[in-house]
Amino acid sequence: MVTTAWTKPSFSDEITNQMYTTGTRGLNCCIQCATCSAACPAVDFMDHTPRRLIGMINAGMRDEVLDSNTFWTCASCFACSDHCPKGIHPSELMYVLKRYSLWKNRFRRDLVGPDFSRRFVRTIMRTGKSYEPGYAPAFIFEGGFEGLLRNMQGGLKLLAKGRIPLIPSRIKRVANFRRMLSRVVPLEGIE
Amino acid sequence: MKRYAYYPGCSLETMAASYHISAVETAAKLDVAFEEIEDWNCCGATAYSAIDELLAQTLCSRNLAIAEKAGLDVVAPCSACFKNLYFTNEHLKADPDLAEHMNFALEADDLHYRGSVSVQHLMHVFVNDVGLDAIKRQVTHPLTGLKVATYYGCQLIRPRRHDGGGEAGPRFFEDLMTAIGATPVRFGYGLRCCGASLIATNRKVALGMLRDLLRDAKLAGAEVIATACPLCQYNLECYQGDVNREFGTDISIPVVYFTQLMGAAMGIRPKSLGFGRELIPADPVLACVARKPAAAKASHGSKVGKP
Repeated sequence: MVTTAWTKPSFSDEITNQMYTTGTRGLNCCIQCATCSAACPAVDFMDHTPRRLIGMINAGMRDEVLDSNTFWTCASCFACSDHCPKGIHPSELMYVLKRYSLWKNRFRRDLVGPDFSRRFVRTIMRTGKSYEPGYAPAFIFEGGFEGLLRNMQGGLKLLAKGRIPLIPSRIKRVANFRRMLSRVVPLEGIE
Repeated sequence: MKRYAYYPGCSLETMAASYHISAVETAAKLDVAFEEIEDWNCCGATAYSAIDELLAQTLCSRNLAIAEKAGLDVVAPCSACFKNLYFTNEHLKADPDLAEHMNFALEADDLHYRGSVSVQHLMHVFVNDVGLDAIKRQVTHPLTGLKVATYYGCQLIRPRRHDGGGEAGPRFFEDLMTAIGATPVRFGYGLRCCGASLIATNRKVALGMLRDLLRDAKLAGAEVIATACPLCQYNLECYQGDVNREFGTDISIPVVYFTQLMGAAMGIRPKSLGFGRELIPADPVLACVARKPAAAKASHGSKVGKP
């Protein structure tokens, strides 16, 4: 769109601009064909289908989009991106919405995904490596006491097979690693 | 001997140790040497992209730069690690601004990346670089009659269908299983997602996805599911009990790594391939290799391990 006067970017522009490296086409190219929704294996559990979510973004429905569980229900399987006839990457869009909602600290509090992502990233920032048992607190209480027991039973079986790491692993040059990351983002903003 | 910079990834250190040891053993048989990337760090999995895009690229850039220093191309056995490293590599080659920014960060660890390495998944290395003929020559205990569901999962072939076989879908996993004497079954859900980290963040969704996969593998008559990713293996194997409880099903099917099957067919002792660490015993595989090897198949001068 060619304009002479400066206009405020729309919500759709703002979201599209967050997809810097992905090579996606802009969301305004969407023809609402719903191929993404048809390809999605998790669509039954989303409050808005991927197609509708893109439509809502293009319609500027910012609050409704941020209150949706759709992007936290995405498993990043890339089936939608593979099939979109217009070259949009809906799975990358889901990442953008995760980032955007965490950045604005605006997400549904009943979701486990935000806390899980933050824990994961904090762990790696500290040690350079992932540590599976460290994420347990984010979801272990889901399903109440029964769920807790079930998770513990599963954990014990894996422990007996030597498949649970007892001590978090860490890289050797953690100090350099952290200085490297601080050249990209301010660490205190994330930790 | 072909040499690669090997990126094991966090899961292969403990949870998926059987993938690691079977990959190394099998590669050695095929005259492929792995040199672990010195002081590698986590690839960021899927959670990093949920926090910051550039940060996710930085993590992978460091691993690529260390591999480049060793002068070797990268191989990753985990599909998620592969996908992250592969795409960061592509982005860095295509985008000088991004590369400049990443190199500014890498300076903090005395590293620099020029963009000279390639990234492959372990299965691509075996199928494309080693080749099915060379693999066939090493088979001493063909897995004759073993019905295998070849589970590709997602990030081995998506996004953008890198080596995804176009509209017809990929065949290389089935071809690999045929090469070691096994019988791939028609597994329509072989390209569907296992739920990945949703098992931690959105359990109900993941269990539903797992049920569909497991049921389809059973219906296809599979005795074992073969995977190429530690998270797929973990989800498909460790949550069968939960799926059964949730949906009233009665599914019990072993889930193993493709490298374990390859190694078994090449006469490597099951213990050296990590068999015994699974929650659902891989009996159909073990029964298959316990049979006497076909005498005609014994290849030139290679020692046939005791089954």
